[in-house]
Amino acid sequence: MSDSIGTEPAPLVLRRVTVRFGSFTANDAIDFSVGRGEIHALLGENGAGKTTLMRVVAGLLVPQDGTIQIDGRVVRLTSPLDAAAHGIGMVHQHFMLISTLSVAQNVCVGIAKAGRLFPNLSQVARDLDEIGARYGLHVDPHALVGSLSVASQQRVEIVKALYRGARILVLDEPTAVLAPQEVEGLFRVLRMLAAAGTAIVFISHKLGEVMALSHRVSVLRDGRLVTTKATADTNPAELARLMIGEDLVLPQVDGKHASGPVAIETRSVHLRDEFGVPRLSDVSLAARSGEIVGVAGVDGNGQQQLAEILAGLQTPSSGSVIMTSPDGPIDVSHSGPGERIALGLSHIPEDRHRTALVDMSIADNAALDSIDRPPLARWGFLSHRAIRAFAARLIAANDVRCTGLDQPVMTLSGGNQQKVVLGRALAHSPRVIVAVQPTRGLDLGATVFVHRQLLAQCAAGAAIVLVSTELDEVLALSDRIVVMFAGRIVGSMTRAEVTLQRLGAMMTGQTA
Amino acid sequence: MNPLAFLTDPVTQGFLQATTRLTIPIMLAALGGMFAERAGVLNIALEGMMLAGAFVGFAVAYASGSLWLGVGLGMMAGAIIGLALAFYTVRLSSDQVVVGIAINLTMIGATSYAFRAVFGPGAASPRVTPFPALNIPFLSDIPIAGPLLFQQGILVYAAFLLIPASWIVMSRMSAGMAITAVGEHPEAAETLGISVARVRSLCLVASGLIAGLGGAFLSLSATGLFLDNMTAGRGYIALAILLLGRRNPWGIAAAAALFGGADAFQLRGQGLGSGIPYQFLVMLPYILTIVVLIGFAGKGHNPAALGRPFQRNRAE
Repeated sequence: MSDSIGTEPAPLVLRRVTVRFGSFTANDAIDFSVGRGEIHALLGENGAGKTTLMRVVAGLLVPQDGTIQIDGRVVRLTSPLDAAAHGIGMVHQHFMLISTLSVAQNVCVGIAKAGRLFPNLSQVARDLDEIGARYGLHVDPHALVGSLSVASQQRVEIVKALYRGARILVLDEPTAVLAPQEVEGLFRVLRMLAAAGTAIVFISHKLGEVMALSHRVSVLRDGRLVTTKATADTNPAELARLMIGEDLVLPQVDGKHASGPVAIETRSVHLRDEFGVPRLSDVSLAARSGEIVGVAGVDGNGQQQLAEILAGLQTPSSGSVIMTSPDGPIDVSHSGPGERIALGLSHIPEDRHRTALVDMSIADNAALDSIDRPPLARWGFLSHRAIRAFAARLIAANDVRCTGLDQPVMTLSGGNQQKVVLGRALAHSPRVIVAVQPTRGLDLGATVFVHRQLLAQCAAGAAIVLVSTELDEVLALSDRIVVMFAGRIVGSMTRAEVTLQRLGAMMTGQTA
Repeated sequence: MNPLAFLTDPVTQGFLQATTRLTIPIMLAALGGMFAERAGVLNIALEGMMLAGAFVGFAVAYASGSLWLGVGLGMMAGAIIGLALAFYTVRLSSDQVVVGIAINLTMIGATSYAFRAVFGPGAASPRVTPFPALNIPFLSDIPIAGPLLFQQGILVYAAFLLIPASWIVMSRMSAGMAITAVGEHPEAAETLGISVARVRSLCLVASGLIAGLGGAFLSLSATGLFLDNMTAGRGYIALAILLLGRRNPWGIAAAAALFGGADAFQLRGQGLGSGIPYQFLVMLPYILTIVVLIGFAGKGHNPAALGRPFQRNRAE
C-alpha cells in the first residue's frame, strides 16, 4: 500500500534526479518512489516534467544528477534493455507495437525467451493465455496487432511488459486513448496487478482518474516535485491548485443561447481512403452561426477526416459540403481550402507542427494565409511594413510570449505557438471555424485562453465545429454535441441532454 | 502430328532455358533488396552491388581459374558496398536515395576503369568458361519444367534454394521478426532490445551478398565475360520487381520470372526477324513491368519506416 511495508526495500526509488536540456531544467532534484503493490500517480501539466522523469526510468535518458535504486541497489539505466532487465516495463502513450506482426510475435521479438533462432510461438501463446487468465487481460495471441482496437493494443502492451518480466509497470497517460467503459476495464486490470505485487506508476493529468485509482499521488510543476501525498488525504480541488499553482476558473457555456442560420453543413458525406476502406459513412452535420458544435469520440473514428472535409483538404467520395455566403448557399464539395477561406472559413488544424506552422519567423507565419492579397501584399509584392504591423498586433492581442517578431516560431513553447495559429485563424473575423484538438499539449493557462477566444468568436456570430477527444473540453464549450463512432455520427444531443453515461455508450458505438 | 510436339521443340527449349537465365539475376537483386527494404532502408545501390559482383567475380575467376572463388569474392564485393551504404545511411543518417545513386554512378566508372586497368584497353574481350549446365537426371526430361528448372548451371539451383531460405528467415525465425520490427517501427524495436543500427547494417550486408551473387551470375554463369555496365539497369528494375512481388520471396520469384520470360521472348523475336524494330522489342519487358505495376498501384503494404533514417537519443 505505501512504501513503508516491512523492511523490504521499495522496488523503485529515485533520489534527487536532475535532467537538464541546455539551460532548461526539465527535472529538478526529484525524489520519487513506488512500493510493491502500490499504484503511485504522477500528476502534472504538460511540460511539468512527467514524461522526462519516466524516460529516465525507462532508460531512454540518463540524468545528469541523482540516483536510481531498484530493490535497494543503485543502478545505471542507459538503455531500454537495461530497464527491462531490472524488471521495468513501460506502456508508452504512443504504443511501441509492430502492427504487421502478431501479438505473440510482438511480445517475444528481440528477446531469446521463446527460442534464439526459431521462436516457439505456440509456447508464447500458451504463456500469454496464462497471463491473460491470471489478470483478466485477454488478447488473441495470433491476431495481427494492426487489426486490434486501441484498447486491445493497450492490453497487448501490458501483457508484453508482464511477459518480459516486468515487476514495475509505468503507464504514460494510458486513458487518453480510451472510452469511459474501457477506462474501467483498464483500472480493474491495474488493481489486480497491484494486488499481485506489481509496483505501478500511473502518469496522468486527469484528476478524477488519479483519485479513483491511486494509493499515493505526486504532483510535478515546472520540473519540480510539489508534493507527495496519500490519495486519501487529498481532494481534486487541492490537486488542481497544486498542479497549476493558482486557482483558475474555466469558462463554461450554459447551452441556452440562441443561434442563427446554418453556416456550413455536410449532406450524407461518404469518404473512402486510398485502400478503399470507408472512413466516413453518411455524415450529415450542420453548424449554425453563433453555436459551437462539439464532435466527440474516441480518437480515430473519423473526426479527423470530417474536419479535413470541412476544411477542404479532402474531397468526399459522395455527398456534398455546403457553405452559406451572403449570396446564398454554395456547394463547396470540390473547392479547395483557398476558396473556402475566401468564403470566411478558418481552420485550426490538429497538429500545429505539421500542418499549421512553417519553420520561419513569427511575422512570416502570422502572414502566411493572406500573403496573396492586400493589405499584406500588392501585385504579388509583399509589404513588409504591413506584415510587421499585422504580426505586432497579433502578438499583442494574443499575449504571445516571445523575444520579438523575428523569433523563429518553432522555438516558442507549445502554448505560444498555438496562440500564433489561433491569432492568424481568427484575425479575419471568420464566419466558420473548424478547430481540431485546439488545446492538445497545452497547459491549463493556455487552454483557458484558447477556450475564451473560441467563445468570443462564437458570441460574435461564428459557427464553430470543435473536434476534440477531451470530453471535458467538448462538455465545457459545446452548445450541441455529436458523437462519432467508426465513421458515423451515432448520436446528437444538446448540452442540456448530455449525461456521461450516454456519451460513454455512444463513444463505444451504442446508439442511445 | 502430336499437338504437344512444340513443347519439346528446340526453339521452345531454348526459350525456356533463357527465361530462367534472364530471371535469376533480377530475382537475386530483388531478393537482396527485400532484406534492405523490410528493414526500412531503400537500397537504390542494388545496381552498383550487382556491377561490382559481376566485375570482381569475373576478374577473380579469370586470374585464379576458379569460378567458385570468383563467386565468393563477387559476393564479398557486394557486401562491402552494403557496408559502405550502411555507414552513410545508418551511421550518418544520410539520404538513402542520394547515397545509393552516388554508389551506382561510382561503380559504373570504377568497374569500367578497373577492367581496362586489369585487362588492357581494346584487347580482344577476355573470357572464362562459365558454369556448365547441370542436367538433373529424370527431372530434366519433364516437358517445360525440365528446361525451365532442371537444365541449368549450378548457380541457378543455388538461387532457387535462396527463395525458401529467405522465406523461412523472414516468417519463421527471430531474425525475420526483428527485421520487420525495425522496418515498421524502429523506435519500438529499440525499446524491445533490438539494435536498429545493427539489424539495418546486417541487412544491407546480406543485401550486398545476394545482389553481388546476382552480378557474379551474369558474368560467370550467363555469359562468361564482362562488359562495361553489363547489368544495364537490372538493379533498378529489381526495385520494381520487389514492389510487384510485395517484398515476399515467392512473389519476387514470380515477378522476376514474368520479366525474365518477356525478356527471353523479345530476344527470340529479334532473332526471328519479325520486322518490328529491335528497339521496341528491347522495351517489351520494361513496358510489361510498368503496365503490371499500374495494377498494383496503391496496393500492398510498405514498411512504415521505409526510407526514414533512425536516430537514437533524440530529444523527444
